[in-house]
Parts: sequence; structure tokens; C-alpha cells
Amino acid sequence: MKKTMYEKIWDSHFVVEAPGQAPLLYVDRHLMHEVTSPQAFEGLRLANRKVRNPHSILATMDHCVPTKDRDLPIADPIAKKQIETMADNCQENGLNLYDMKNPNNGVIHIVVPEHGFVHPGMIVVCGDSHTATHGAFGALAFGIGTSEVEHVMATQTLPQKKSKTMLIQIDGELSKYASAKDIALAITGKIGTAGGTGYVIEYAGEAITKLSMEGRMTLCNMAIEAGARAGLVAPDQKTYDYLKGREFVPSGENWDKALAYWKSLPTDKGAEYDTTITLNAANIEPQVTWGTSPEQVTGVTSIIPAPEDFDDEIKRQACENALNYMGLKAHTKITDIAVDLIFIGSCTNGRIEDFRIAADIAKGTKVADNVTAIAVPGSYHVKKQAEDEGLDKVFIDAGWEWRDPGCSMCLAMNGDELTVGQRSASTSNRNFEGRQGKGGRTHLVSPAMAAAAASAGHFVDIRNL
Amino acid sequence: MQPYNKHQSIAALMNRSNVDTDQIIPKQFLKKVERSGFGIHLFHDWRYNEDGSKNADFELNKPAFKGAKILVVGDNFGCGSSREHAPWAIEDYGFNTIISTSYADIFYNNCFKNSILPIIATKKQLADLMGEISANEGVSFTVDLEKQQLTTPAGNGFTFEIDPFRKENLAKGLDDIGLTLLQTDAIDQYEAKHKQNFPWLWA
Ligand code: SF4
Repeated sequence: MKKTMYEKIWDSHFVVEAPGQAPLLYVDRHLMHEVTSPQAFEGLRLANRKVRNPHSILATMDHCVPTKDRDLPIADPIAKKQIETMADNCQENGLNLYDMKNPNNGVIHIVVPEHGFVHPGMIVVCGDSHTATHGAFGALAFGIGTSEVEHVMATQTLPQKKSKTMLIQIDGELSKYASAKDIALAITGKIGTAGGTGYVIEYAGEAITKLSMEGRMTLCNMAIEAGARAGLVAPDQKTYDYLKGREFVPSGENWDKALAYWKSLPTDKGAEYDTTITLNAANIEPQVTWGTSPEQVTGVTSIIPAPEDFDDEIKRQACENALNYMGLKAHTKITDIAVDLIFIGSCTNGRIEDFRIAADIAKGTKVADNVTAIAVPGSYHVKKQAEDEGLDKVFIDAGWEWRDPGCSMCLAMNGDELTVGQRSASTSNRNFEGRQGKGGRTHLVSPAMAAAAASAGHFVDIRNL
Repeated sequence: MQPYNKHQSIAALMNRSNVDTDQIIPKQFLKKVERSGFGIHLFHDWRYNEDGSKNADFELNKPAFKGAKILVVGDNFGCGSSREHAPWAIEDYGFNTIISTSYADIFYNNCFKNSILPIIATKKQLADLMGEISANEGVSFTVDLEKQQLTTPAGNGFTFEIDPFRKENLAKGLDDIGLTLLQTDAIDQYEAKHKQNFPWLWA
């Protein structure tokens, strides 16, 4: 039988299906951060259970960590306790933790690929919905709840229901400065935040093959914004080149064995998907969200829609609520929206490539009056590499703040946040009400779009720069 | 876990779609290391005014919905993050049943780990239920998991679908981990095979 990549990974991880229960799948890698794990460790302790395979786990601290003055004690006592609990739990169970001061520290989904901890064909879980990121390597990677975190720690397996498969075929060539982020936002705009519910998405086509590994990670990262638990890209030479030589990647004879397996993973010719969607990359403009859901998005040359523009009653209402919350008028040009704060970072766009593109645009400019711009590398390694390339100087000279790594303003748990009514251009992944601070207004964009807005003080069509 | 028993209770209406987990439980409450006590923060930003007083305009603050165990909401409930704090807050507040046309995948899964039954209705069924509640705030519905049956005074009830294993585990309050551990032999066998097939992962 011809199989999709998803089906191949499913089959090779199938453990058992007990009568009346869901099939159990074996989990190869388990990623952790401080927010969704403490109650799972507590559960294990109370039930007197042990972590079955400590080597399958890699943990970091990212959500609550400060991005400046990291040498000072954490001011928020509850965040401090969460950080300390993480350290204690990892120590007690013998887990590999990149704590706040570790040179490997950073946002979980940035750090994991840097060390080659995820390989093609694996099943990877994390108590975090953006686990989908690792699908860029051809691994089945998805977010789970805290009860499931506990389940995986205790049993190395998860009961799972088979997902449907969706192929998103993107041919054609992206225009200059349009990026993986714009593809991801355009997809969410097209199919909606529930469009992928119940599916695993496989991205394929010329535009995807051409993306760098960083770009593929950005794309798969936002599979969840389109409702899919996981996104997948078939591994190819770029994947193997990226992995080779990294810490957790095999070498010598084992590399050859692994490579042979990885090469067997791509979807068989003629295998069928439950749904197929096609897009032409050439038609994807730089995207800007205007509302409070990632599906409320449009191209930079467009105008903000009015509620009447939607036939669907629910969408009409959502548009009205969003314009209200966002303090925007219908039919305003996207390029007329003025911004107060620029954030480049997060597991969506906190990689070296993102800072290179942003620096390219920021070079020789100045952050506009009344605008604050912060650059938050996804990890200490990204930070160091950027500094080695002199990118930090470009940002600082242009009036940006250059911070330590962490989730930071992506979800504003660590004290970096918008104030009521403040408007951001942000490279993160969610523009929900209050996501970046109560009353804060978020516009999701690519790093290039964010950097251009920093000096202009409003959105600009970067293709005209 | 609590077994899920047949019950009759007030159905609260929150006619909003795409309610995301950041609304269900805003992130400032995710720093706790305990599993309990999230109910008072449920829908925090909608539920409370700036000064901490209750927002009288917020649906769930209506006196008629006090003590409701059933929450009737718009499409695509629970989208966004994987935070299980969302179902923890819902359960701790007192709900054990949600009715919507669709749920985000991770949220849907998380409900079953917390004795919450997420019922899937068609658009028409949901609209009828919403109509019935709007016309008669404080009305009680009956949920019978065993029969997969929802009943309402105005006759807008229906039978709903649910996976047999989820139904069984919810009805009996079974612990998933305990059930999986019964399969330890199969897991051991699989792992031995895994070591042979993927030796580089065990080197
Ligand atoms: S950067 Fe944002 S989306 Fe990514 S893990 Fe952190 S909080 Fe979640």
C-alpha cells in the first residue's frame, strides 16, 4: 500500500491497541519547559511513578525568564518558584536541563533543533502547541496537555487517534522579502484557525523545497494556528546537511543507518491525502494581521475589511469585535496603521536567519520617534552568532534593544508586555486579545515587515524598499 | 478522576466563537505549580473589571447562570495553546460539560483528562440550544453519557457521538496512565524492537 509520511511514522511507532482503548504510540522525544510540566511531575510523585526514559527528555526555561538583567533575582515570586521547581524536578529525575544561565538556554523550539535533538521520522511531543515546529525535519511533532506530559513520562507512549491528512501544495516562487511567515499567515487566512482541525498537514511543492530549514520551522510552527496539531515537510538534502555534526545526531556507521531510514520517509508517489489545498507562492504578499485571530489577516497592499464584507454571520461579528478591540476603522489602509512597539523574536521568528533579514532592513535606519523596538534572540546560540556577525551593532545603532533569549513578548509572561492600547508589530504567532499584555494590540508580521515598521513608524510594503 | 454521571443542570450560554485558551485562562495565571484553584481566574479579562469587581455585562456573571454545569459556546472553542490550565479552570469553576460545534484538538483531548465532556453539536442543534437558553435563562438540560443523549425542556435535545474508549474512561473516571501501564509488556517488547531498528537513538 502507498503511504503518506504521516502513515509511515504512525506505523513505525504503533505499540499496541488494547480492546476498547485507543492505539498506543511510542514517543521518541519529549521536550519540556517550566509552565506546563510542574503539575505532571507532581502527579508522578503522588502516584509513586518514575520517568521511564530520562534520555528522551530535553528541558529548558523560556516562558518566564527575564530578557534583561538576568543576573538579578527574578522579581516575580510566583515565576521564581516555577523556575526553581523546574530545576528541582529535572535534577530529581536526572533530566537534561538548559537552565536560565546555561549557554545552551533559549526557547524550547529554537534550542532543540540547534542540538539536533529531533530527527526525521521521530514522534516528538511537548506540553506546548508550537511543538509542530519540529515537523520541519519530517518528524511527527505535536503539542500535548500536562496530563499527557505525565503520561509520556510514565509510559513513553500516548494513546492517540489517527488524524486525517491534508496536503498543502505550494508551487511558484516567493517574491522578494516574502517569507515562510507570510506563507503561514496566508494559509491561516485561507483555511481559518479551525481549517486544519483533525488533520496533520504536509507542506510540499517548489516553494517549500526552496525554503531553508529555518523557514520550514517557521512554517510548521504555525500549523497550529491553522488548527492542525502537526505540520510536516519531507526531509531532503537540506535537512541532512543541517543535522550533520550536531550534538544528538549520530555519526559514522550510525549516521549511514539513520540516513537510510530518513530517506525512506517521504510520502510514496500516488499515496492519497484526505484533503489537498494548493497555493501559488508568487501571489503571496507580505502579510499583516489586523484582528484578534491569526485568520484575520491580509496582504500589505490591502485595506482592513468591514464587518459587512463577510457573508458569514460569525465572521461578521468577529470582525466587528476585533476592530473594536484593535481600535481600528474598517477600510483603513494597512500601511496607514501606526505602531508603538516592534518585537522580533519567539519560536516562530527568533532564528539567525530572521535577525539577518531584519538587520539588513534596519541597517542605517533609526527607530521612529515614540516607537520602541526590541530584538530578542531565540537562544544564546542565536544571540552569539548574531553578535559574531555584528548584527547586534546594527540593531543597537538603529536604536533597538538587544536582549537575552526567551519567549518574552510572544506571550508576555516574563514582564515584557504591551500596555493598554499599545500597538505592536510582532513576529510571534498569536494576536489573541491580551496575548501581549492586557489591552495590547498585536499585528503579526514577518521579521522584514517588523524591521521596516520600526523606522517608518507604520507598516510599509517592504518590496518597495 | 471523578466518574461522569447522568445529571440535570443549568446550561449557561456564552455566544462567542473562536474562544481561545488565552481568554479561558490568561497567561498571568500560568505561573502556579499547583493543579487546583484556577476557577476564580476563568475568563478573567472578560469576567472582571479593571478594579477587580465583577463585570455585570459578562454572560457568566448573570445570576440565572449561577451553579451551571453545562457551558454552551460558539464554534472552535479552546483554540490556541496546549495549556491544560484551561480545562482545569473550567472544571474548577464547576462546569463538567461543554456544548459547541467544534473544539481545537488539544483542548478536546485535555477535557477528557479532567472529567469534562465536550459534546459536539451540529450548527442547527447549537443554534436551537442557544435559542432555548436565551428565551429561558436558567433552564436546565439533562446529559446522559451512557445513552449519549442530551435532553432539554423545549425538546432541542439530541444524541451525540463520542469515541467508545473516551466514553468508557470518562464514565468510569479511569486513569489513563493506569490503563496504559497494564500494557507494560507490550511497551517493553516494542522498545526492544525500537532498539534494533533505530540503534542510533540508543547509542
Ligand atoms: S515563543 Fe511563544 S509560542 Fe513559542 S514557546 Fe514561547 S510562548 Fe510559546
